[in-house]
Amino acid sequence: MILSQFIFVPLLAAFLIVLFARKKENFAAAIALAACAWILIVSFIAFFKLSSHGGMILNNTSGWEIPYTICLILDNLSSFMLIVVNLVAFLSAFYAIQYINHFTGKWNFFALFMLMLTGMNGVILTGDFFNLYVFMEIALFSAYALVAFGTESEELEAAFKYATMGAITSTMILFGIGILYSYTSTLTMADVGLQLRSGGTPKMIFLVYGLFIAGFGLKTALVPFHAWLPDAHPSAPAPISAMLSGVLIKTLGVYALVRIFFNVFGAPTVVLQILMLLGTLSIIIGGFLSIVQWDFKRLLGFSSVSQIGYVVIGFALGTTLGILGGILHLFYHAIFKSLLFLDSGAVEYSTDTRDLRQLGGLSKELKVTSATNMVGTLSISGIPPFNGFFSKLIIIIACISAGQIVVGIVAALVSIVTLAYFLKVQKHAFYGKKGSAKVLEKVPFAMKTAMIILAALCLLSSVIMIPSIRKNYLNPIVDTVMGRTSYIDKVEPYLDKGSVK
Amino acid sequence: MILYIMCFFLFLVGVYGAITKRDLIKIILAIGIMGYSVNLFLVLLAYRTGALVPILKKGLNIPASMMVDPIPQALVLTSIVIELGITALMAALAIRIYQKYGTFDITKIRRLQG
Repeated sequence: MILSQFIFVPLLAAFLIVLFARKKENFAAAIALAACAWILIVSFIAFFKLSSHGGMILNNTSGWEIPYTICLILDNLSSFMLIVVNLVAFLSAFYAIQYINHFTGKWNFFALFMLMLTGMNGVILTGDFFNLYVFMEIALFSAYALVAFGTESEELEAAFKYATMGAITSTMILFGIGILYSYTSTLTMADVGLQLRSGGTPKMIFLVYGLFIAGFGLKTALVPFHAWLPDAHPSAPAPISAMLSGVLIKTLGVYALVRIFFNVFGAPTVVLQILMLLGTLSIIIGGFLSIVQWDFKRLLGFSSVSQIGYVVIGFALGTTLGILGGILHLFYHAIFKSLLFLDSGAVEYSTDTRDLRQLGGLSKELKVTSATNMVGTLSISGIPPFNGFFSKLIIIIACISAGQIVVGIVAALVSIVTLAYFLKVQKHAFYGKKGSAKVLEKVPFAMKTAMIILAALCLLSSVIMIPSIRKNYLNPIVDTVMGRTSYIDKVEPYLDKGSVK
Repeated sequence: MILYIMCFFLFLVGVYGAITKRDLIKIILAIGIMGYSVNLFLVLLAYRTGALVPILKKGLNIPASMMVDPIPQALVLTSIVIELGITALMAALAIRIYQKYGTFDITKIRRLQG
């Protein structure tokens, strides 16, 4: 089991595309798709083989032992995240093969796509603070460039806004890492956790908390830091919007927050309370701002702010049920939000507009898009057989059983608001009166296939709620987050305690 | 200690510039200043008065307490490269924005709502 292939396969693909596929654009798509398929298969193998390795695989990236080298760590949480990321990446890449015909420079697109995937897989696997920063920057770099990919004025403006905010907060994260290093003299996450646990709580740790909440909170698009998301996500090409909203904000944001605050810092109460507050604000503000939007993709962008709030409050509750809800909603939101973004891309591809006021009555002409969008709508609003119902129900029950009645009521009410603004999409885009926009082009095969697979997953992924499957596959993940020191304890035997060689 | 305080002050100068300036180029420079201050902070962590280079060599027995810490210096090298990339990308974006809008003033670049 070589963990580094999650990083080098997409990185190699990116460079191969740039070196050899500049003239042959179909070749570029083939390389990208092959790399995505390869790591998707490997991430499934890793997920099912993990239990036979005692729940953790640790690879040092050089001949030294940690903490003197960078390590890659695969545990239950990271292998689960790898599946989510690579699944969405594979389907987005498949969809992009034909979607990207509307743009020039196909090979550029796929090279940047692969770099972004490299960054995300790296963030998930790394066990080292500075390495986390480097991979985060790789993913963000390519995200900035991909947001500006269309090079229209709005897209450039959104990309500059995103790049400014991203660069400021990344600097804050680096500052926080510097402070941690000055206190603990190590960069390995588990070693930092170990030293903080034995050394008590120094005062400077609160500055680090603040810098990390601002830094990773912006990448998560929690409410005071959300301003870039409704601009940046709609401006990107649709498969990239699906990647950004579906997985990027979860890997760089939620996953990094959970890994650092739960596994390294041991879930300090003050941080959980702050995250709870920010999550609740995100749910309310994101939800109500979506209602007034008329741009299809901008509406989905605000909806992402609202839904990511559910994920964050799930984790911030800190109870077993809350964390289960958070993990499930993270997975389910990745599926249905990428589906909805791909649908909006299909509508834009065939009618050349995404203004809901000009659309209407598309259900007869775009049958697949309309049907899959209906599935996505039902999932995100939490209608029973679809997956969104289970995760939202678990989060609401967890809120009430943890005594956070107000948050539970807010979560339940905004769920109705979610249904309201998605019914608006249904009414103005797919049903209702025929709008001024004409269907100019049919949706091609690859785009349809990707949407149908995601729609099927919306229903099929509810299967993991069956108790026996949940017990075997979900509970270990919850335990990884919940057992606040289990991460440190599992890595500790690998640490080289000797003096400097 | 005074060095650390001045380094933090430089960081705040960068934050102030990035938040209040209206010119795209000045925003890029302000982000650069933030980056420099963090790099300076990392180098300051490694510095030790009177310490020597951290090289192990036969016949040269420097005790570990008399060596500067090499890790932050490696980090600074990496972070300088990353900042170079960010600055280049943002400058490229600023040039394209200037071609589209004919201005560097962010109050006039508002085609997106909110």
